[in-house]
Amino acid sequence: MTTISTTAPPVGRRLLARVADLRAWLFLILLIGFFEIWARTVYGSTFVGNFYNLQSIGTFATAPLLLALGQTFVIISSGIDLSVGFTMGLAAVVGAEIANFAAPHVGVFAAMLCGVAAGVAVSVIPGVVNGWLIAHLRVPPFIGTLGMYGVARGVAFLLATGMTVPVSNSWMTWLGNGRVHGVPVIVILTLIVVLAMQYLLSETRFGQHTYAIGGNRAAAVRAGINWQRHTIWLYILAAVCAGLAGVLYTGRFSAGAAQAGEPLLLDSIAAVVIGGASLFGGSGTIAGTVAGSLVIAVIQYGLVFVDVDPFWQFVAVGVVIIISVLVDQSQRRFLGGQQDE
Amino acid sequence: MSEPGHLLSVQSISKSFGAVQALKDVSFDLDLGEVLALAGDNGAGKSVLIKSIAGVHHPDFGEIIFDGKSVSSASPQEARALGIETIYQDLALADNLSIGANIFLGREPKTKLFGFLPILDRRAMADAAQKTMRLLDFHTERLDAPVAAFSGGQRQAVAIGRAIFWNAKLLIMDEPTAALGVPEQRRVLNLVHSLKEQGKAVIFISHNLQDIFAVADRIVVLRRGIEAGERRPQETTQDEIIRLMVGG
Repeated sequence: MTTISTTAPPVGRRLLARVADLRAWLFLILLIGFFEIWARTVYGSTFVGNFYNLQSIGTFATAPLLLALGQTFVIISSGIDLSVGFTMGLAAVVGAEIANFAAPHVGVFAAMLCGVAAGVAVSVIPGVVNGWLIAHLRVPPFIGTLGMYGVARGVAFLLATGMTVPVSNSWMTWLGNGRVHGVPVIVILTLIVVLAMQYLLSETRFGQHTYAIGGNRAAAVRAGINWQRHTIWLYILAAVCAGLAGVLYTGRFSAGAAQAGEPLLLDSIAAVVIGGASLFGGSGTIAGTVAGSLVIAVIQYGLVFVDVDPFWQFVAVGVVIIISVLVDQSQRRFLGGQQDE
Repeated sequence: MSEPGHLLSVQSISKSFGAVQALKDVSFDLDLGEVLALAGDNGAGKSVLIKSIAGVHHPDFGEIIFDGKSVSSASPQEARALGIETIYQDLALADNLSIGANIFLGREPKTKLFGFLPILDRRAMADAAQKTMRLLDFHTERLDAPVAAFSGGQRQAVAIGRAIFWNAKLLIMDEPTAALGVPEQRRVLNLVHSLKEQGKAVIFISHNLQDIFAVADRIVVLRRGIEAGERRPQETTQDEIIRLMVGG
């Protein structure tokens, strides 16, 4: 009887796989190095050494990162959520209106809490509807969430009567602009969400089942996983992350706006893809998504910092996305397709 | 012909789909530690037969007794819970997960971090994976690698490993060698041998008579839904099996 035994692949191939897995961090290091050199040669100043820059990049990255965190789960399950941008807008508007409404009755601090709770709570609705459309009515995720994109957008503008909803609530402003030991409150809150999502994705059955559904849904179902219920929870998760981003937006700009998340939808998907997830599902990590979001934030902020026409940021982000997908594909060809023996 | 005490006893089962009689009065028994091969041309009723045993179809007439209990009207989940496991051609593995994660898919073990935070017990999964795969003479140190990194025969072993880890008594293997290269086919045949050594019962379906003669203790031949014959490999020839399969 022959014995099946396998050994690890050659060191070169393993190294290549490692590099491909960490490509988002490599991009990030390259970009920071690039802007550092540019800043030193052209302006004679430092880019990363400047605490203000780090604060700004961190603040810049929070909203797209929050959207991307929920999106990571959805994409790993081989879905996509196009509605998160306007779910964020809806939450921003509702959060602002409820905070304003509650302030005279319960005081500014409690009103801030009410606004945050209401914004996050209202975001559950598009999440449930998305999940239900996809899991039970078998609507393709792209179409179902595109429909919700329109609905959430319309409802957000209707609630805001087509305008931004200003908020004058000192606690709300603190939420969006306050600092603790120099670190912005929204960065701290986002970091807490990052840790929670990391735990959820890599240490729980929920995360494991998300990978399984994205890898082979039939196998997941055969193993007794209720993919329909799971799918609804995934879209709720994506929507709640967007809702949180929405209320933090309201705090940051002291106003809720229906279009708060409009430009962030594609950034959120780009962050997940740059972070190493496959749009076919089954792969992706929270660390990768964090790196992907930082890559986008560094490009956007860095180009402004070195005073380049801001429209170049679209070009730069686009190029990074394409390179990232090319790396992913060649990695699949080199490593996935090639098996042992 | 079927007395109690057999692990599996298929007792004159018949099944029709509309006007098509897929199975007519088919009977056989199977014991632990035995490999039964099902031979037959396309449309002979092999898959209807195994799907009836696995709870996917329910026979119109006749009984299927497994481990002393009737499974004629069991659901696939009930059949699996009793210890009847089908290894499908698509393997039903999540290719992006490790061997351990596949074995435990849907019932992952948990442990506590710092005594309070529940987390997946990856070590338990990896240990169980290594131990189980060793039973199948599959030695690997790559317990973190996704199963996509392994070959077709190795993935077959993972699917079988999952079944035996959860105490399957009867493994139904539907064309397990079909999509594989020659060395990999040999590996799967060796897997069947080691399942037999561990006292499992196996139903093995194949188009390849060489494979059937290599592993089977008995061969049941089906032809258009009827049982054309039952032979022992040492008492028959490939020619005779083919004659039984095509009739004449």
